[in-house]
Amino acid sequence: MRIIKDRLIEECIYELCTYACCVLPSDVISALEAAKCNELPGSAAYSTLSDIIENAELAKQSMRPCCQDTGMTVVFADIGEEVFIEGSLNRAINEGVRKAYIEECFRKSVLDPITRKNTMDNTPAIIHIRFVEGDNLKLTVAPKGFGSENMSKLYMLRPADGIDSIINAVVNTVISAGACSCPPVIVGVGIGGTSEIACETAKRQLLRKIGSKADTPELRFIEYEATRRINASGIGAMGLGGNITALAVHAGSYKTHIAGLPVAVNMQCHAARHAERIL
Amino acid sequence: MERKNIRVPLNTESIKMLRAGDRVLLSGEIYTARDAAHAKLMDILLKKEPLPIPSGSCIYYTGPCPSKNGEIIGPCGPTTSARMDPYTPQLVKYGITGFIGKGARSQTVNDSMQGSAIYFVVTGGAAVLISHAVKQCEMVAFPELDSEAVRRLTIADMPAIVATDAVGNSIF
Repeated sequence: MRIIKDRLIEECIYELCTYACCVLPSDVISALEAAKCNELPGSAAYSTLSDIIENAELAKQSMRPCCQDTGMTVVFADIGEEVFIEGSLNRAINEGVRKAYIEECFRKSVLDPITRKNTMDNTPAIIHIRFVEGDNLKLTVAPKGFGSENMSKLYMLRPADGIDSIINAVVNTVISAGACSCPPVIVGVGIGGTSEIACETAKRQLLRKIGSKADTPELRFIEYEATRRINASGIGAMGLGGNITALAVHAGSYKTHIAGLPVAVNMQCHAARHAERIL
Repeated sequence: MERKNIRVPLNTESIKMLRAGDRVLLSGEIYTARDAAHAKLMDILLKKEPLPIPSGSCIYYTGPCPSKNGEIIGPCGPTTSARMDPYTPQLVKYGITGFIGKGARSQTVNDSMQGSAIYFVVTGGAAVLISHAVKQCEMVAFPELDSEAVRRLTIADMPAIVATDAVGNSIF
Protein backbone atom coordinates (compact mmCIF):
# COMPACT_ATOMS: atom_id res chain seq x y z
CA MET A 1 0.00 0.00 0.00
CA ARG A 2 1.36 3.41 -1.01
CA ILE A 3 0.14 6.54 0.78
CA ILE A 4 -0.46 9.74 -1.19
CA LYS A 5 -1.38 12.86 0.78
CA ASP A 6 -4.29 14.98 -0.45
CA ARG A 7 -2.11 18.11 -0.13
CA LEU A 8 0.10 16.76 -2.94
CA ILE A 9 -2.97 16.11 -5.10
CA GLU A 10 -4.21 19.67 -4.53
CA GLU A 11 -0.87 21.16 -5.60
CA CYS A 12 -0.76 18.89 -8.63
CA ILE A 13 -4.27 19.91 -9.74
CA TYR A 14 -3.35 23.60 -9.33
CA GLU A 15 -0.33 23.17 -11.59
CA LEU A 16 -2.18 21.06 -14.15
CA CYS A 17 -5.03 23.62 -14.38
CA THR A 18 -2.52 26.42 -14.94
CA TYR A 19 -0.48 24.53 -17.50
CA ALA A 20 -3.48 23.14 -19.39
CA CYS A 21 -5.20 26.54 -19.72
CA CYS A 22 -2.08 28.29 -21.01
CA VAL A 23 -0.07 25.73 -22.99
CA LEU A 24 -1.59 23.78 -25.88
CA PRO A 25 -0.20 20.24 -26.23
CA SER A 26 2.55 19.93 -28.87
CA ASP A 27 0.57 17.38 -30.93
CA VAL A 28 -2.29 19.91 -31.24
CA ILE A 29 0.13 22.61 -32.41
CA SER A 30 1.64 20.18 -34.96
CA ALA A 31 -1.84 19.29 -36.25
CA LEU A 32 -2.72 22.99 -36.59
CA GLU A 33 0.53 23.59 -38.50
CA ALA A 34 -0.29 20.68 -40.81
CA ALA A 35 -3.84 22.04 -41.32
CA LYS A 36 -2.39 25.41 -42.28
CA CYS A 37 -0.21 23.74 -44.91
CA ASN A 38 -3.41 22.26 -46.40
CA GLU A 39 -4.96 25.70 -46.99
CA LEU A 40 -4.26 28.23 -49.72
CA PRO A 41 -1.91 30.99 -48.48
CA GLY A 42 -3.90 34.21 -48.23
CA SER A 43 -7.23 32.42 -47.74
CA ALA A 44 -9.40 33.20 -44.69
CA ALA A 45 -8.74 29.68 -43.34
CA TYR A 46 -4.97 30.13 -43.73
CA SER A 47 -4.91 33.46 -41.90
CA THR A 48 -7.26 32.11 -39.19
CA LEU A 49 -4.96 29.13 -38.57
CA SER A 50 -1.97 31.51 -38.48
CA ASP A 51 -3.79 33.57 -35.82
CA ILE A 52 -4.58 30.46 -33.78
CA ILE A 53 -0.95 29.28 -33.87
CA GLU A 54 0.39 32.76 -33.04
CA ASN A 55 -2.14 33.02 -30.19
CA ALA A 56 -0.97 29.70 -28.74
CA GLU A 57 2.62 30.95 -28.78
CA LEU A 58 1.64 34.24 -27.07
CA ALA A 59 -0.37 32.35 -24.45
CA LYS A 60 2.56 30.07 -23.65
CA GLN A 61 5.05 32.94 -23.44
CA SER A 62 2.86 34.97 -21.08
CA MET A 63 1.36 31.94 -19.27
CA ARG A 64 -2.13 33.34 -19.84
CA PRO A 65 -5.10 31.29 -21.09
CA CYS A 66 -5.10 30.70 -24.85
CA CYS A 67 -8.92 30.98 -24.77
CA GLN A 68 -10.92 33.18 -22.41
CA ASP A 69 -13.29 30.27 -21.88
CA THR A 70 -11.17 28.42 -19.35
CA GLY A 71 -13.98 25.91 -19.23
CA MET A 72 -15.49 23.57 -16.73
CA THR A 73 -12.60 21.70 -15.21
CA VAL A 74 -12.82 18.03 -16.14
CA VAL A 75 -10.51 15.88 -14.02
CA PHE A 76 -9.70 12.22 -14.67
CA ALA A 77 -8.20 10.33 -11.74
CA ASP A 78 -6.83 6.85 -12.42
CA ILE A 79 -6.22 5.47 -8.96
CA GLY A 80 -3.95 2.49 -8.50
CA GLU A 81 -5.57 -0.22 -6.38
CA GLU A 82 -2.51 -0.21 -4.10
CA VAL A 83 -2.83 3.52 -3.38
CA PHE A 84 -4.27 4.90 -0.16
CA ILE A 85 -5.22 8.56 -0.34
CA GLU A 86 -4.71 10.27 3.01
CA GLY A 87 -7.40 12.91 3.35
CA SER A 88 -10.07 13.73 0.79
CA LEU A 89 -9.53 13.30 -2.96
CA ASN A 90 -12.70 15.24 -3.72
CA ARG A 91 -11.70 18.17 -1.52
CA ALA A 92 -8.14 18.19 -2.88
CA ILE A 93 -9.27 18.31 -6.53
CA ASN A 94 -11.81 21.08 -5.95
CA GLU A 95 -9.42 23.08 -3.78
CA GLY A 96 -6.72 22.85 -6.49
CA VAL A 97 -9.21 24.08 -9.09
CA ARG A 98 -10.48 26.87 -6.84
CA LYS A 99 -7.00 28.19 -6.06
CA ALA A 100 -5.80 27.98 -9.66
CA TYR A 101 -8.79 29.79 -11.15
CA ILE A 102 -8.68 32.56 -8.51
CA GLU A 103 -4.93 33.07 -8.23
CA GLU A 104 -4.16 32.71 -11.95
CA CYS A 105 -7.05 35.04 -12.92
CA PHE A 106 -8.84 32.47 -15.09
CA ARG A 107 -12.48 32.99 -15.94
CA LYS A 108 -14.98 31.54 -13.48
CA SER A 109 -17.62 30.00 -15.73
CA VAL A 110 -19.45 27.59 -13.44
CA LEU A 111 -22.92 28.31 -12.10
CA ASP A 112 -26.22 26.82 -10.97
CA PRO A 113 -28.10 25.67 -14.09
CA ILE A 114 -31.46 26.99 -12.88
CA THR A 115 -30.73 30.14 -10.88
CA ARG A 116 -27.63 30.95 -13.01
CA LYS A 117 -25.82 32.01 -9.81
CA ASN A 118 -22.05 31.73 -10.33
CA THR A 119 -20.00 29.76 -7.75
CA MET A 120 -17.20 32.32 -8.37
CA ASP A 121 -14.36 29.79 -8.11
CA ASN A 122 -15.05 27.45 -11.07
CA THR A 123 -15.95 24.56 -8.76
CA PRO A 124 -17.25 21.96 -8.66
CA ALA A 125 -14.91 20.15 -11.02
CA ILE A 126 -16.26 17.26 -13.09
CA ILE A 127 -14.43 14.24 -11.66
CA HIS A 128 -14.08 10.86 -13.38
CA ILE A 129 -12.57 8.18 -11.17
CA ARG A 130 -11.27 4.85 -12.43
CA PHE A 131 -9.47 2.15 -10.47
CA VAL A 132 -6.47 0.65 -12.22
CA GLU A 133 -3.73 -1.82 -11.33
CA GLY A 134 -0.61 -0.65 -9.54
CA ASP A 135 0.45 1.98 -7.01
CA ASN A 136 0.35 5.16 -9.08
CA LEU A 137 -2.19 7.97 -9.20
CA LYS A 138 -2.58 9.50 -12.65
CA LEU A 139 -4.30 12.90 -12.77
CA THR A 140 -5.45 14.53 -16.02
CA VAL A 141 -6.99 17.99 -16.20
CA ALA A 142 -8.99 18.95 -19.30
CA PRO A 143 -10.59 22.42 -19.12
CA LYS A 144 -13.66 22.10 -21.39
CA GLY A 145 -15.06 25.16 -23.12
CA PHE A 146 -18.76 25.21 -23.87
CA GLY A 147 -18.70 26.62 -27.40
CA SER A 148 -17.79 23.09 -28.45
CA GLU A 149 -19.41 21.18 -25.55
CA ASN A 150 -22.80 22.69 -26.50
CA MET A 151 -22.53 21.07 -29.94
CA SER A 152 -22.06 17.53 -28.56
CA LYS A 153 -24.74 14.89 -29.12
CA LEU A 154 -25.94 11.50 -27.91
CA TYR A 155 -27.66 9.10 -30.32
CA MET A 156 -29.37 5.92 -29.15
CA LEU A 157 -29.19 4.05 -32.48
CA ARG A 158 -30.76 0.66 -33.22
CA PRO A 159 -28.57 -2.43 -33.71
CA ALA A 160 -29.97 -2.60 -37.27
CA ASP A 161 -28.53 0.83 -38.06
CA GLY A 162 -24.95 -0.46 -38.18
CA ILE A 163 -21.62 1.16 -38.92
CA ASP A 164 -22.85 3.51 -41.67
CA SER A 165 -25.30 5.12 -39.25
CA ILE A 166 -22.52 5.57 -36.69
CA ILE A 167 -20.44 7.43 -39.27
CA ASN A 168 -23.46 9.48 -40.38
CA ALA A 169 -24.19 10.47 -36.77
CA VAL A 170 -20.61 11.68 -36.31
CA VAL A 171 -20.45 13.56 -39.60
CA ASN A 172 -23.88 15.18 -39.17
CA THR A 173 -23.03 16.35 -35.66
CA VAL A 174 -19.90 18.10 -36.88
CA ILE A 175 -21.56 19.62 -39.94
CA SER A 176 -24.61 20.90 -38.06
CA ALA A 177 -22.27 22.49 -35.48
CA GLY A 178 -20.70 24.55 -38.29
CA ALA A 179 -18.52 27.33 -36.93
CA CYS A 180 -20.03 27.21 -33.42
CA SER A 181 -17.63 24.58 -32.09
CA CYS A 182 -14.55 26.55 -33.26
CA PRO A 183 -13.17 24.28 -35.99
CA PRO A 184 -10.78 22.76 -36.77
CA VAL A 185 -12.16 20.41 -34.16
CA ILE A 186 -11.21 17.14 -32.56
CA VAL A 187 -14.17 14.77 -32.46
CA GLY A 188 -14.47 12.27 -29.63
CA VAL A 189 -16.75 9.32 -30.40
CA GLY A 190 -17.95 6.86 -27.77
CA ILE A 191 -19.75 3.78 -29.05
CA GLY A 192 -21.60 1.31 -26.84
CA GLY A 193 -22.06 0.92 -23.11
CA THR A 194 -25.02 2.72 -21.58
CA SER A 195 -25.85 6.35 -22.37
CA GLU A 196 -23.45 7.74 -19.74
CA ILE A 197 -20.62 5.35 -20.63
CA ALA A 198 -20.94 6.32 -24.31
CA CYS A 199 -20.58 9.99 -23.28
CA GLU A 200 -17.63 9.31 -20.97
CA THR A 201 -15.91 7.16 -23.59
CA ALA A 202 -16.35 9.99 -26.13
CA LYS A 203 -14.85 12.49 -23.67
CA ARG A 204 -11.86 10.23 -22.96
CA GLN A 205 -11.07 10.05 -26.69
CA LEU A 206 -10.27 13.79 -26.57
CA LEU A 207 -7.24 12.99 -24.41
CA ARG A 208 -5.66 10.77 -27.07
CA LYS A 209 -2.63 11.99 -28.95
CA ILE A 210 -3.78 13.34 -32.32
CA GLY A 211 -3.33 10.69 -34.98
CA SER A 212 -2.90 7.84 -32.50
CA LYS A 213 -4.44 4.57 -33.67
CA ALA A 214 -7.76 3.25 -32.36
CA ASP A 215 -7.98 -0.21 -30.80
CA THR A 216 -9.71 -2.16 -33.60
CA PRO A 217 -9.84 -2.09 -37.43
CA GLU A 218 -13.56 -1.20 -37.28
CA LEU A 219 -12.90 1.84 -35.08
CA ARG A 220 -10.02 2.86 -37.34
CA PHE A 221 -12.35 2.66 -40.35
CA ILE A 222 -14.95 4.85 -38.57
CA GLU A 223 -12.25 7.40 -37.72
CA TYR A 224 -10.86 7.43 -41.25
CA GLU A 225 -14.20 7.63 -43.05
CA ALA A 226 -15.71 10.24 -40.70
CA THR A 227 -12.59 12.43 -40.97
CA ARG A 228 -12.64 12.19 -44.76
CA ARG A 229 -16.31 13.17 -45.00
CA ILE A 230 -16.07 15.96 -42.41
CA ASN A 231 -13.14 17.54 -44.24
CA ALA A 232 -14.94 17.18 -47.59
CA SER A 233 -17.70 19.41 -46.15
CA GLY A 234 -15.54 22.49 -46.72
CA ILE A 235 -16.57 24.17 -43.43
CA GLY A 236 -12.93 24.96 -42.64
CA ALA A 237 -11.27 26.87 -39.80
CA MET A 238 -13.88 28.94 -37.89
CA GLY A 239 -16.41 28.07 -40.62
CA LEU A 240 -14.76 30.39 -43.13
CA GLY A 241 -14.39 27.67 -45.77
CA GLY A 242 -11.39 25.37 -46.13
CA ASN A 243 -10.03 21.87 -46.43
CA ILE A 244 -9.55 21.02 -42.75
CA THR A 245 -12.59 21.03 -40.46
CA ALA A 246 -11.45 18.20 -38.16
CA LEU A 247 -7.87 17.70 -36.98
CA ALA A 248 -8.89 14.19 -35.92
CA VAL A 249 -11.78 11.86 -35.17
CA HIS A 250 -10.99 9.59 -32.22
CA ALA A 251 -13.36 6.68 -31.59
CA GLY A 252 -13.52 4.29 -28.66
CA SER A 253 -15.96 1.55 -27.72
CA TYR A 254 -17.38 -0.36 -24.74
CA LYS A 255 -19.49 -3.52 -24.77
CA THR A 256 -23.21 -2.80 -24.96
CA HIS A 257 -26.66 -4.43 -24.66
CA ILE A 258 -28.19 -6.74 -27.32
CA ALA A 259 -30.91 -4.14 -27.90
CA GLY A 260 -28.72 -1.06 -28.19
CA LEU A 261 -26.17 0.97 -30.09
CA PRO A 262 -25.44 4.18 -28.15
CA VAL A 263 -23.20 6.69 -29.97
CA ALA A 264 -21.95 9.83 -28.23
CA VAL A 265 -20.16 12.58 -30.11
CA ASN A 266 -18.15 14.97 -27.96
CA MET A 267 -16.95 18.05 -29.77
CA GLN A 268 -13.63 19.67 -28.90
CA CYS A 269 -12.57 23.06 -30.27
CA HIS A 270 -9.06 23.68 -31.62
CA ALA A 271 -8.03 24.82 -28.13
CA ALA A 272 -7.78 21.13 -27.19
CA ARG A 273 -6.37 21.60 -23.72
CA HIS A 274 -5.28 18.87 -21.38
CA ALA A 275 -2.37 18.10 -19.09
CA GLU A 276 -1.53 15.03 -17.04
CA ARG A 277 0.85 13.90 -14.33
CA ILE A 278 1.55 10.60 -12.64
CA LEU A 279 2.07 10.75 -8.88
CA MET B 1 -6.66 40.51 -49.51
CA GLU B 2 -6.13 44.02 -48.16
CA ARG B 3 -7.81 44.95 -44.91
CA LYS B 4 -10.01 48.06 -44.77
CA ASN B 5 -9.59 50.39 -41.79
CA ILE B 6 -13.02 50.86 -40.23
CA ARG B 7 -14.03 53.14 -37.35
CA VAL B 8 -16.45 51.93 -34.69
CA PRO B 9 -19.15 52.91 -33.91
CA LEU B 10 -19.90 52.49 -37.61
CA ASN B 11 -20.99 55.47 -39.68
CA THR B 12 -23.76 55.26 -42.30
CA GLU B 13 -21.23 55.09 -45.11
CA SER B 14 -19.44 52.05 -43.60
CA ILE B 15 -22.73 50.25 -43.06
CA LYS B 16 -23.65 50.80 -46.71
CA MET B 17 -20.20 50.02 -48.12
CA LEU B 18 -19.10 46.91 -46.22
CA ARG B 19 -19.73 43.54 -47.88
CA ALA B 20 -19.75 39.99 -46.51
CA GLY B 21 -16.21 38.60 -46.78
CA ASP B 22 -14.46 41.97 -46.42
CA ARG B 23 -11.47 41.83 -44.10
CA VAL B 24 -11.27 44.83 -41.84
CA LEU B 25 -9.31 46.37 -38.96
CA LEU B 26 -11.70 47.84 -36.40
CA SER B 27 -10.69 50.87 -34.33
CA GLY B 28 -12.68 52.98 -31.90
CA GLU B 29 -15.12 52.10 -29.11
CA ILE B 30 -17.17 48.94 -28.56
CA TYR B 31 -19.19 47.48 -25.67
CA THR B 32 -18.96 43.92 -24.34
CA ALA B 33 -22.12 41.94 -23.62
CA ARG B 34 -22.99 38.23 -23.63
CA ASP B 35 -25.78 35.98 -22.35
CA ALA B 36 -26.49 37.36 -18.86
CA ALA B 37 -26.01 41.02 -19.86
CA HIS B 38 -28.38 40.55 -22.82
CA ALA B 39 -31.11 39.23 -20.51
CA LYS B 40 -30.69 42.36 -18.36
CA LEU B 41 -30.69 44.67 -21.39
CA MET B 42 -34.00 43.15 -22.48
CA ASP B 43 -35.50 43.82 -19.03
CA ILE B 44 -34.42 47.46 -19.28
CA LEU B 45 -35.87 47.80 -22.80
CA LEU B 46 -39.13 46.29 -21.56
CA LYS B 47 -39.31 48.89 -18.79
CA LYS B 48 -38.55 51.61 -21.39
CA GLU B 49 -35.58 52.80 -19.30
CA PRO B 50 -32.24 54.01 -20.80
CA LEU B 51 -29.75 51.26 -21.78
CA PRO B 52 -26.14 51.48 -20.56
CA ILE B 53 -25.07 50.99 -24.21
CA PRO B 54 -25.81 54.04 -26.39
CA SER B 55 -27.79 53.69 -29.60
CA GLY B 56 -25.44 53.51 -32.60
CA SER B 57 -22.81 51.43 -30.72
CA CYS B 58 -21.19 48.09 -31.57
CA ILE B 59 -21.52 45.10 -29.23
CA TYR B 60 -18.73 42.53 -28.83
CA TYR B 61 -19.82 39.11 -27.54
CA THR B 62 -17.08 38.26 -25.07
CA GLY B 63 -16.58 37.29 -21.44
CA PRO B 64 -12.92 38.04 -20.70
CA CYS B 65 -10.70 36.46 -18.08
CA PRO B 66 -9.91 38.80 -15.18
CA SER B 67 -6.80 40.88 -15.91
CA LYS B 68 -3.53 39.91 -14.27
CA ASN B 69 -0.24 41.74 -13.67
CA GLY B 70 -1.38 45.07 -15.10
CA GLU B 71 -3.06 43.73 -18.25
CA ILE B 72 -5.60 46.21 -19.70
CA ILE B 73 -7.95 43.25 -20.10
CA GLY B 74 -7.54 39.49 -19.74
CA PRO B 75 -7.73 37.15 -22.74
CA CYS B 76 -10.94 38.13 -24.56
CA GLY B 77 -11.87 36.09 -27.63
CA PRO B 78 -15.39 35.96 -29.06
CA THR B 79 -18.15 33.69 -27.80
CA THR B 80 -20.78 31.94 -29.97
CA SER B 81 -23.04 34.64 -31.41
CA ALA B 82 -26.01 32.35 -32.10
CA ARG B 83 -26.84 32.25 -28.37
CA MET B 84 -27.60 35.98 -28.58
CA ASP B 85 -29.94 35.50 -31.58
CA PRO B 86 -33.15 35.74 -29.52
CA TYR B 87 -32.14 39.25 -28.37
CA THR B 88 -30.50 40.70 -31.48
CA PRO B 89 -33.47 41.95 -33.58
CA GLN B 90 -34.66 44.08 -30.63
CA LEU B 91 -31.17 45.55 -30.19
CA VAL B 92 -31.00 46.38 -33.92
CA LYS B 93 -34.35 48.10 -33.57
CA TYR B 94 -32.95 50.03 -30.59
CA GLY B 95 -30.10 51.23 -32.80
CA ILE B 96 -27.11 48.91 -32.31
CA THR B 97 -25.22 49.07 -35.63
CA GLY B 98 -22.55 46.41 -35.22
CA PHE B 99 -22.13 43.01 -33.60
CA ILE B 100 -18.84 41.14 -33.19
CA GLY B 101 -18.66 37.43 -32.36
CA LYS B 102 -18.13 34.03 -33.92
CA GLY B 103 -20.23 31.63 -35.99
CA ALA B 104 -23.41 31.90 -38.06
CA ARG B 105 -26.59 33.80 -37.10
CA SER B 106 -30.20 32.85 -37.74
CA GLN B 107 -32.00 34.06 -40.85
CA THR B 108 -34.23 36.19 -38.59
CA VAL B 109 -31.16 37.99 -37.21
CA ASN B 110 -29.62 38.50 -40.65
CA ASP B 111 -32.92 39.88 -41.94
CA SER B 112 -33.27 42.22 -38.95
CA MET B 113 -29.90 43.82 -39.77
CA GLN B 114 -30.83 44.79 -43.31
CA GLY B 115 -30.11 48.44 -44.00
CA SER B 116 -28.91 49.19 -40.49
CA ALA B 117 -26.29 46.85 -39.01
CA ILE B 118 -23.21 44.71 -39.74
CA TYR B 119 -22.16 41.43 -38.13
CA PHE B 120 -18.40 40.82 -37.87
CA VAL B 121 -16.55 37.64 -36.89
CA VAL B 122 -13.17 37.48 -35.17
CA THR B 123 -11.01 34.39 -34.62
CA GLY B 124 -12.50 32.14 -31.94
CA GLY B 125 -9.96 30.97 -29.39
CA ALA B 126 -7.40 33.65 -30.32
CA ALA B 127 -8.02 35.29 -26.95
CA VAL B 128 -4.55 36.58 -26.09
CA LEU B 129 -3.94 37.87 -29.61
CA ILE B 130 -7.27 39.76 -29.62
CA SER B 131 -6.60 41.25 -26.16
CA HIS B 132 -3.57 43.04 -27.66
CA ALA B 133 -5.98 45.16 -29.77
CA VAL B 134 -7.68 46.48 -26.62
CA LYS B 135 -6.15 49.77 -25.48
CA GLN B 136 -8.60 50.74 -22.71
CA CYS B 137 -11.24 48.89 -20.72
CA GLU B 138 -13.85 50.47 -18.44
CA MET B 139 -16.68 48.91 -16.43
CA VAL B 140 -20.01 50.33 -17.61
CA ALA B 141 -22.82 48.21 -16.15
CA PHE B 142 -23.74 45.05 -14.23
CA PRO B 143 -20.38 44.57 -12.39
CA GLU B 144 -22.09 41.80 -10.40
CA LEU B 145 -22.03 39.72 -13.60
CA ASP B 146 -18.22 39.55 -13.36
CA SER B 147 -16.93 38.27 -16.72
CA GLU B 148 -20.37 38.89 -18.23
CA ALA B 149 -20.52 42.58 -17.22
CA VAL B 150 -20.84 45.35 -19.81
CA ARG B 151 -17.48 47.01 -20.44
CA ARG B 152 -16.50 49.79 -22.83
CA LEU B 153 -13.38 48.88 -24.81
CA THR B 154 -11.19 51.20 -26.83
CA ILE B 155 -9.72 49.10 -29.63
CA ALA B 156 -7.09 49.67 -32.28
CA ASP B 157 -6.75 47.55 -35.42
CA MET B 158 -8.78 44.56 -34.28
CA PRO B 159 -8.79 42.15 -37.28
CA ALA B 160 -12.32 41.03 -38.23
CA ILE B 161 -14.27 39.71 -41.20
CA VAL B 162 -17.69 40.98 -42.30
CA ALA B 163 -19.96 37.95 -41.88
CA THR B 164 -23.35 39.58 -42.57
CA ASP B 165 -23.63 42.87 -44.45
CA ALA B 166 -26.54 45.30 -44.54
CA VAL B 167 -27.77 44.19 -47.97
CA GLY B 168 -28.53 40.55 -47.21
CA ASN B 169 -25.24 38.71 -47.86
CA SER B 170 -23.67 36.29 -45.40
CA ILE B 171 -20.43 34.31 -45.56
CA PHE B 172 -22.01 31.32 -43.84
